[in-house]
Amino acid sequence: MIFDLFQARAEAVSAEVHRAPDRAAALAFINEFLRAEDLAPAPGSWAIWAPGPLADALDQRALAANLPGLSFQVTRDLAAQAKVGISQAQWGLANTGSIVADSTQVEQRLVATLPWIHLAILPTNAILPDLPALLARIDPTTALYTTIVTGPSRTADIERVLTIGVHGPERLVIVCVDDMGEVG
Amino acid sequence: MAGEFKRQIQAALANPNMAGALGRFSEAYAASRAKAYEGIDFENLRARVAEVKGRAAGHLDELAARFAARISARGARVFRADSPQEVKDYILELAQKHGVKSVVKSKSMASEEIHLNAHLKEHGLNVAETDLGEWIIQLAGQRPSHMVMPAIHLTRQEVADIFSKEVHERLESDIPRLVKVARRELREKFLGAEMGISGANVAVAETGTLIIITNEGNARLVTTLPNIHVAIVGIEKLIEKLDEAAPILTALPKSATSQLLTSYVTMISGPAPNTDGSPKELHVILMDNRRSEMAADPKFREALQCIRCASCLNVCPVFRLVGGHVFGDVYTGGIGTILTAWFDQLKKSEDIQGLCIGCGNCREVCPAKIDIPALIQELRRRLDKEQPRSLSQKAVYSVVNNRGLFHSLLRAAAKAQKPFAQGGFIRHLPAFLGGLTEFRSLPTIAETPLRDRFKALPRPKGDRKAAFFAGCLIDFAYPELGEAVVKVLNKAGVEVIFPQGQTCCGAPARYSGAQDVAAGNARDNIAALTAQKVDYVVSACPTCTVALKHEFIQDLRETGQTGEIGAAQELAALTVDFSTLVKALADEGRLELKPGQGLAKFTYHDSCHLKRTLGVWQEPRELLARAGYEAAEMFESDMCCGMGGSYSLKFPEISAPILARKLDNVEASGARLVALDCPGCLMQIAGGLDKRGVTIKVRHTAQLLAEVLD
Repeated sequence: MIFDLFQARAEAVSAEVHRAPDRAAALAFINEFLRAEDLAPAPGSWAIWAPGPLADALDQRALAANLPGLSFQVTRDLAAQAKVGISQAQWGLANTGSIVADSTQVEQRLVATLPWIHLAILPTNAILPDLPALLARIDPTTALYTTIVTGPSRTADIERVLTIGVHGPERLVIVCVDDMGEVG
Repeated sequence: MAGEFKRQIQAALANPNMAGALGRFSEAYAASRAKAYEGIDFENLRARVAEVKGRAAGHLDELAARFAARISARGARVFRADSPQEVKDYILELAQKHGVKSVVKSKSMASEEIHLNAHLKEHGLNVAETDLGEWIIQLAGQRPSHMVMPAIHLTRQEVADIFSKEVHERLESDIPRLVKVARRELREKFLGAEMGISGANVAVAETGTLIIITNEGNARLVTTLPNIHVAIVGIEKLIEKLDEAAPILTALPKSATSQLLTSYVTMISGPAPNTDGSPKELHVILMDNRRSEMAADPKFREALQCIRCASCLNVCPVFRLVGGHVFGDVYTGGIGTILTAWFDQLKKSEDIQGLCIGCGNCREVCPAKIDIPALIQELRRRLDKEQPRSLSQKAVYSVVNNRGLFHSLLRAAAKAQKPFAQGGFIRHLPAFLGGLTEFRSLPTIAETPLRDRFKALPRPKGDRKAAFFAGCLIDFAYPELGEAVVKVLNKAGVEVIFPQGQTCCGAPARYSGAQDVAAGNARDNIAALTAQKVDYVVSACPTCTVALKHEFIQDLRETGQTGEIGAAQELAALTVDFSTLVKALADEGRLELKPGQGLAKFTYHDSCHLKRTLGVWQEPRELLARAGYEAAEMFESDMCCGMGGSYSLKFPEISAPILARKLDNVEASGARLVALDCPGCLMQIAGGLDKRGVTIKVRHTAQLLAEVLD
């Protein structure tokens, strides 16, 4: 099973993998996740959600009203003080447990690089087997900036001790959604 | 060799952190690398990497033009620079034009190659390295000791001290806390910088794409937060097509850090929007700095295949002792030696090339299939050609090229050594020669060399005939080993002859770069060994076997003596090492190895030339098992023992600790007998054990077989 391999490989590099049967379940998970992270409209406690097929289809105003501290506006200043960044990935890579996002739009980069936690939504059926499968699908004429992310930011530069969370997120949470509905 | 270099070696060896950290890492690396490559056909993968990179190296100019056309069509600016100075000028001018005050950098070897930071700093710019290891090194005012792990030589305590000074607060040596401090400090720099400078791991011509890999995520910030991004790319990073990046991205993280993939792989194909909505000011500098010249060199083009994984450092028995401050310059270790000779200057590699002991570990693991030891050999040949040989070198070479003189000197030495000899060993020599016996006893030179003793041996006829090539060590130090070889072959119905015209195989001259001298040895030996028709030319020394089988041909070809190559090839075809021949004879049923009774447990030491050049390691183990010996494998059985021919004379201070590790592993195996197939390793290991006062026997496979045949 391609998902099982994806999950095993992603978890082996300290990513957290969750699976939701559909959009509603994914949204419920995100809702609960943000509450558990003590989301609040204060620097260091808020969340920013970058545009994407799922985000664009949401009633953003209602959701933000329900979750104080969640913003669909993504700026450099907000990102620099965000606890959680949310985005949607295009693809997964099973044999490395990676997610892949066309990050040409700067919002995609801000939510995935600056916050402590990066939560990525991934359509389960977009998990590709491996890197060669991905390279065959990337179109560099439009995707000017693409990132493959495999687990959270890490270093072993001091005494070779693996330490998570250097310059990028120290948690990578992947929510795989089996049925994305019309926004897939 | 400069005294200064020897002093640096001593300092590195005396640094317990350096040796400790590198040693532990290197020991763990073999296993973690193997795990990362689980389920992957490494030979197939590296053949693809070598093919992709090798092909690209043949078309660098064309690929650079295609890359530039693609990415500049999307708005990037591409500057092709020949020299380091042009790169530095371009970046400084760009910075000044845009009023840049602060620069953040992600790791770029190309920028280190041209000493960019110093240049920008001189002109008033603030430059911050953002890779954690590089930042530590920058703050410490040091040089990276390893290409992938720049600060591996520093302890957490030292890092805490370095950071404490930077942030003006007393920090504990808690690694996660230190990492958080770096994040906090560097985050401000990321957000405040006007220019980001990166390197690139790959540049794809067909699509105009830069690929940058990191684990920390710093390259993404460097390429996103400042409005100007400058990528410095050595033109050897170019490949033709995007799908060709797959084998490189598959191999690089596994070989470098034993990861399936690094945390971040970023592909940039043009200026993406900045955080203020403006388009990125993207500059790509394609830097040559002698890479085109290298690509045009039939030997050294291969080195452009390097993907900078540093696995050649991690498996090197010398690097793990002295580290990159000694072994290398900007680029370190085996490949670093070669790159230094080109990107800096040949002269600069003069000292460091000598550090390669030629064990071949790096050749085995290189994911780009670069024959690093062979290229270092080639450096030696070019250095030898470039510089006049010293009088003492000339004297030595003229002796080894004159068999009669060489052998009569050895006979004279056999007499002169008498006052120092005891039980077959020389344990102490007069002070001026004292270094030679400091860490290992030397074997005595035999009173009667094998070439004389052979005449007194019974020489039974057989239906097959072998010419025995003894090599200097067996002939003059271990004639009894040679007699064992003869005995085993005789038992298998093979008649053995000893051509008296044979002489040194040329290894000492060859490995010093004196190829003309080695070719002289080759000619003499070819004449001696092909004078009589034989079925085999057998040697019990792997280094000699490699010479006869491979290197004579190369020496003659490269010194233009093409007329002799046919005879060299004939000799090569007949040449076989002892264990391979005896295994074949035993398999044919010509030699019955009945399991002996009450034999000692042995641990087998794999000699570098036998295992890695000749690919022989199962044969001796199999033979010894058939003869009833029980094996107890030691840790790192195929790690070099530190002998390396004249290496142990040139660098006794390095040879000694390499040997010490070997002896520790021998002792830890629990066996009281070391089996091996090389008289050089025998000399080193037996001498070391004698010096330690440990009674563990060391025997050549031939001797152990001869014993059970009694």
